Amino acid sequence: MIPYANVAQLRSGLDNGEFSAEELAYFYLSRIDAATDLNCFITVDQEGVIAAAKNADKAIAKKSVGPLTGIPIAHKDLFCTEGLLTSCASHMLNNFVAPYDATVVDRLRKAGAITLGKTNMDEFAMGSSNETSFYGAVKNPWDRTCVPGGSSGGSAAAIAAGLAAACTGSDTGGSIRQPASFCGVTGLKPTYGRVSRYGMIAFASSLDQGGPLARTASDAGTLLNAIEGYDPNDSTSAIADATDFRSASQPLKIGIPAQYWNDLSASLTKVLDEARLTLESLGHRFVPVDLPHTNASTAAYYVIAGAEASTNLSRYDGVRYGHRAASAESLENLYQVSRSEGFGSEVKRRILTGTYALSVGYYEAYYLKAQQIRRLIRQDFLDAFLQADVILTPVAPSTAFKRDELMEDPIMMYQQDIYTTPASLAGLPALSLPCGFSDRMPVGMQLIGPHFGEASLLKLGRQYQDETDWHALHPVYDDD
Amino acid sequence: MTEWEPVIGLEVHVQLATRSKIFSRAATTFGKYPNSNANAVDIALPGVLPVLNEEAVRMAIKFGLAIDAEIAPSCRFDRKNYFYPDLPKGYQISQLDQPIVGRGTLPIFLVDGSIREIGITRAHLEEDAGKSIHTEYEGLTGIDLNRAGTPLLEIVSEPELHSANEAAACFRELHSLVTALEICDGNLNEGSMRCDANISIRPRGSKILGQRTEIKNVNSFRFVEKALRYEIERQISVLESGGDVVLETRLYDSERDETRSMRSKESSDDYRYFPDPDLLPVDISDDLIESVRVTVPELPAEKRNRYIVELGLTNYEANRLIEDPKVSRYFDEAAQRSVDAKLAANWILGEISAALKRDEIDFAEVPISPGELGKLIQRIEDETISGKIAKSIFESLWKKEGSVDGIIESRGLQQLSNATELEKVVSQIIDDFPDQVRQFRDGKEKILGFFVGHVMKATAGRANPKQVNEILQRELRV
Repeated sequence: MIPYANVAQLRSGLDNGEFSAEELAYFYLSRIDAATDLNCFITVDQEGVIAAAKNADKAIAKKSVGPLTGIPIAHKDLFCTEGLLTSCASHMLNNFVAPYDATVVDRLRKAGAITLGKTNMDEFAMGSSNETSFYGAVKNPWDRTCVPGGSSGGSAAAIAAGLAAACTGSDTGGSIRQPASFCGVTGLKPTYGRVSRYGMIAFASSLDQGGPLARTASDAGTLLNAIEGYDPNDSTSAIADATDFRSASQPLKIGIPAQYWNDLSASLTKVLDEARLTLESLGHRFVPVDLPHTNASTAAYYVIAGAEASTNLSRYDGVRYGHRAASAESLENLYQVSRSEGFGSEVKRRILTGTYALSVGYYEAYYLKAQQIRRLIRQDFLDAFLQADVILTPVAPSTAFKRDELMEDPIMMYQQDIYTTPASLAGLPALSLPCGFSDRMPVGMQLIGPHFGEASLLKLGRQYQDETDWHALHPVYDDD
Repeated sequence: MTEWEPVIGLEVHVQLATRSKIFSRAATTFGKYPNSNANAVDIALPGVLPVLNEEAVRMAIKFGLAIDAEIAPSCRFDRKNYFYPDLPKGYQISQLDQPIVGRGTLPIFLVDGSIREIGITRAHLEEDAGKSIHTEYEGLTGIDLNRAGTPLLEIVSEPELHSANEAAACFRELHSLVTALEICDGNLNEGSMRCDANISIRPRGSKILGQRTEIKNVNSFRFVEKALRYEIERQISVLESGGDVVLETRLYDSERDETRSMRSKESSDDYRYFPDPDLLPVDISDDLIESVRVTVPELPAEKRNRYIVELGLTNYEANRLIEDPKVSRYFDEAAQRSVDAKLAANWILGEISAALKRDEIDFAEVPISPGELGKLIQRIEDETISGKIAKSIFESLWKKEGSVDGIIESRGLQQLSNATELEKVVSQIIDDFPDQVRQFRDGKEKILGFFVGHVMKATAGRANPKQVNEILQRELRV
């Protein structure tokens, strides 16, 4: 059994009787157990996995299989899972067992997937390094002194380390794409509204979007097909056709926005230039596009995301669930102590800045201004897509950095998101694909598509991955 | 001495009578076991999202159409942020600057019979909070989230009311309107309508508004009037003794009949309103508005006018009937059958009202159909029965002992109008009481009643009183 097999390979292995779902489940559980030092998981559902695998084997024997029957996957710990701890990697929800399944979890289960457990993340998805988790930092399987990226760091690292073939993640300003890039896996942030947010614990409602992380673009497409589609429980979910990514890619006009390339380091430019050559050899051509408001994006993003987060997190007050101060002298005090103890410092920072941005006297200068920038950025993209079918950019300004390197410098940390926040603000789909290495650490490229243009991104990704094997590389351990 | 003019504006919270909550599928039923009507969305569990109840939107539109207001082609929901234990999300979803209903007018009906048009500034949708229960648990507070998420329509009037009386009339009119529209059950005891009043006073003739106070949460017509009357006097005495009215929220204590300061508003709260990103702007199409428009019934003001002008009822009668749409609907149906609407009103406001009080039941449970009441009145009018007999039939109908005609038939209650038969009875009685006949003929005409009574007795009350009178007059004068 190959630990780094992708979903498609596992599917055929299961269907051809090469291994059973139960064997596969035990296999992953033992790998997870052996890799606890990576800290990818917050919860592993030992019993649930085996029970589900046995059921999957019965279904497979009866040839009544869904696309993911018997495939073990893991959920980022902000997707509510009935009966399992859903902590959002926060002390605040350290005791929260959800009484219901998120739509994404429910749909994957209905497609046959087995939930291995819940992956580590930045607390409330606030972070770009997976260092803000209440359960400790996640290590990058390629270099354990490095971060895996964030906030879906546990999911990306789990795939890179062969602990799961695919995972769910969520992306608010880059939280699927950047860890995918840092860990050498494929990650898709769908169009805002493509995937239901119901049961996905909110960070910033107008930006949050659940999506898949996997080894290949094809697997990401398989997972997307399972989770996408209108959900009456989410007013912002869209009615859209399913993503048909299985046909061949047409020759595309790929936009290159100078704003994303000008300041890129020489080493990353070199890797990405090679990717461009490969794409060119596949019949695509490049056109320059202009995204003039790019440099205002991260500032606008942090204002909007913080503002929304500051009120989304008001429900954690110690009254109904979650952490409650052991003793409080008054109601006010109960709020203060419960929240002071329950939230980590990055979460507090964002609640405070977000509260500030919404306050009387600052609302116009911050929140409204940021919304204006958001509209301009969206318009930039709409204009650019008149000239290009997709847009190619780097995912992040660097490869995985060392743990603790940026923790004391939030502004530098926030700059990690400069290439990912614009697509988030514009609500666009974006795919992060492994495209090489720099100093032995994975590098990703980002393909941004027009609204509901996931299919062309995934088709292009599949074609690229047919031509290259960056996505198939994995860290080598002695015992593999 | 200065003559003072009160300036009052109302903010009325109306609980909309939707089956489920405004943003969740939980039921809105009143009086259930604490938290049994609170689902994941109402409790604000992590990950849940609000989904707007279309019925609440339709009801708001219906109100807007009834006050001839502009319905916003697109409106928006905002978050109003503050911490409170019975506010599970830490914010209330409301509408700040894009309310669903814009400016409209409400005709209010004053005691002297005159009508005033009051401006309605706006009406917007929002969710109700839960309840904190402080009394039942020693040293602890209970939280009941059954009410959390109940749809509210907050109706804001212009500060155009100039007396406690007018304010109460306005609240009453809104009550009549929302119950007639069937968008609220109108149950004041259960908090289905709650009234806040902003009040200030100024020297009559002045255009400048005085400092206001806000009286919160007054839930009966009478208390609105009493609270404002008290508050007007209080503000006058503060100003006349050289003091200043302080901007504050006051509560009305009905037991002591006074308002008391609850909290100062000086440090104004910052609710950090912003558009709720979980809800998209609501586009309201003309088709939707038109589909609601056809459901708007005859409005209380129109009805009142019809009752008074067309049916000849008094102001008092019209108002009593209109107070409760169940009553006016009943009246309309009963009056359709009977020729005399006035009689129908008398029966409803008299007999039925008394019987309801006696049996301690609600109008909805009246055991007599409006059609039967109409029939009963018809039988009085066509002289099949007398008014007195009608009352005994009414009691039988109340006990569901049969139909009007059935009871008359089976008990032989038809009025005796046969002249020959009545003449026979009358002459028998004249023969029986020669002394009294003499008295009558000597000029003591009052004794006529004595004979009528005996005729009635002899006919078991069935004799047509008008005819009996005529025959007696004729026979006694011979």
